[in-house]
Amino acid sequence: MKTISVLAGVVAAALLTVAMLVTSGWVRPPLETLQNGYRGTAMAQVHTRKGVAETREANVAPAAADPAEPGDELAGKTYENVQVLKDVTVNEFNRLMVSMTEWVSPQQGCTYCHNTENMADDSLYQKKVARRMLQMTQHINSTWKEKHVGGTGVTCFTCHRGQPVPANIWFTDPGPTRPGGFIARNNGQNLAAPSVGLSSLPYDTLTAYLADKDVDNNAIRVNATTALPTTKGKPIQDAEKTYGLMIHMSEALGVNCTYCHNTRAISNWSQSTPQRTTAWHGIRMVRDLNGNYLEPLLSTFPPNRLGALGDVPKVNCTTCHNGESKPLNGAHLVEAYPELTKPTETVSAAPPAVPTEAPASPPAPAPTPQ
Amino acid sequence: MAMLSFERKYRIRGGTLIGGDLFDFWVGPFYVGFFGVTTLFFSVLGTALIVYGASLGPTWNIWQINIAPPDLKYGLALAPLKEGGLWQIITFCAVGAFSSWALREVEICRKLGIGYHVPFAFSVAIFAYVTLVVIRPLLMGAWGHGFPYGILSHLDWVSNTGYQYLHFHYNPAHMLAVSFFFTTTLALSLHGALILSSTNPGKGEVVKTPEHEDTFFRDTIGYSIGTLGIHRLGLFLALSAGFWSAVCIVISGPFWTRGWPEWWGWWLNLPVWR
Repeated sequence: MKTISVLAGVVAAALLTVAMLVTSGWVRPPLETLQNGYRGTAMAQVHTRKGVAETREANVAPAAADPAEPGDELAGKTYENVQVLKDVTVNEFNRLMVSMTEWVSPQQGCTYCHNTENMADDSLYQKKVARRMLQMTQHINSTWKEKHVGGTGVTCFTCHRGQPVPANIWFTDPGPTRPGGFIARNNGQNLAAPSVGLSSLPYDTLTAYLADKDVDNNAIRVNATTALPTTKGKPIQDAEKTYGLMIHMSEALGVNCTYCHNTRAISNWSQSTPQRTTAWHGIRMVRDLNGNYLEPLLSTFPPNRLGALGDVPKVNCTTCHNGESKPLNGAHLVEAYPELTKPTETVSAAPPAVPTEAPASPPAPAPTPQ
Repeated sequence: MAMLSFERKYRIRGGTLIGGDLFDFWVGPFYVGFFGVTTLFFSVLGTALIVYGASLGPTWNIWQINIAPPDLKYGLALAPLKEGGLWQIITFCAVGAFSSWALREVEICRKLGIGYHVPFAFSVAIFAYVTLVVIRPLLMGAWGHGFPYGILSHLDWVSNTGYQYLHFHYNPAHMLAVSFFFTTTLALSLHGALILSSTNPGKGEVVKTPEHEDTFFRDTIGYSIGTLGIHRLGLFLALSAGFWSAVCIVISGPFWTRGWPEWWGWWLNLPVWR
């Protein structure tokens, strides 16, 4: 009996070891590392050379469409029910429609949004969503240009990547269903959720910090600002939620904590990298997009597009970044589509809640990179 | 020269690893040996270079003196002296001094005719250091991945290196190493408490024998590992702690580049409960 149990134990341990070695995804050198702090601080991004090549290959931007023929006719005059792109020439308009089809619904074609009997018809919900998304794209490329997207900008492809529903959207995570009563609560954590990199941290941290456009600007800040406690401070659960959000941001960008922070003093702006400022604005941008562009589409989306709790699909850092610090290898695709870089029109129907939140500057300017 | 009564017996020539009789003598109570000379050479040179490096820096504050490794751009090449080259030479000196000391310990073991437990144990500590500043940088392709020499700066390095993998406590080898470190301290505290209490009896009592000690632990936890066994256990625990520390850092980077929590995906994906 004893022999059998020892043998069983040895076999189980051997099988687990093999499973661990084979299936956990170990990598090996050569590595490609990028230093982003003073030498010896270990502020560096660590990837395998192979992994970097694969990521680059998986994030190639499509070529821009050939420039449109010049023309004077405006789309708003020629076509019926053009609301956002009224002041764009007909040629530009059609070029953009073709590009949008390639970016969003290459398989489904024009009919994904349009009733081909009457292109002006708004009966398909996809068309109404697309209109709002056009406004969102213009909003991102104008309002958030300096603060976050820079010259890289965004087009529909940045998120959609040839799919009508972008791969990296998210819904509020209700967690496991449980009967209630005396069953222990999980306090919204310990699920090894992908949104927090399989850690035990709270799995729905995105709802708290990225879905609510009116959230307290200091919600994410949990570090004490004094050496000794002067108040009760924030509970450790808040710190864990912040940690979860930071893991999401790291994984979304394919970077680690030291891309933005010198972790000897995580909260200290003067020791952080310039990227932290961009990320700070990025958090506010995502709240703006979720709160002002996606939430208002709640009644437009059919129920099968909504989450388990009936919430709209939302964006987070991964939606655009998809594992890269600059989406689509930093390609400036939007430059070929000037109509996407600024609001061309304010819409009368389905009035957008014009974002009013003007993000304040970070407390201190970030230091120059070493 | 004063000499303890038994010392004369052990002060025998021979047993050296290299150089025969060269340096095979004592200075006062200290054995010199070839490796004593090389230890002295490397440690004096390395320390002098650290002081020189400190003099180049902005501060003499002992906590803040920092001799940093080169920028990553130098890869595995030599860097200019003031931009990490000093760190490279100091590292060479440190490895030289530590290894010399271990080999000197070996020679002393040979003279005394005892086992190599002491040099072996020290070698594990050297191995952990060499893993940090030589093996891992070599695997990662740049000396700049080594840790800086400074009281606070090396702690900053530890912090950032941990956060390179998002949450280092999920590193399985780190878990083992930490467990072994804690177990070492537990075993040492149990053992130390036992020895102190048995050798410091109450008034009117006599010093207790190992039989008492064994009985104490048999009564409290049902088992006593014994007077020799506790030292074997202590050695095993301490060396395991050092060994797994080396493993936990050498796999971080060369063999795993993502967050450590993600590594556990293999466990979550076992066909048993997937």
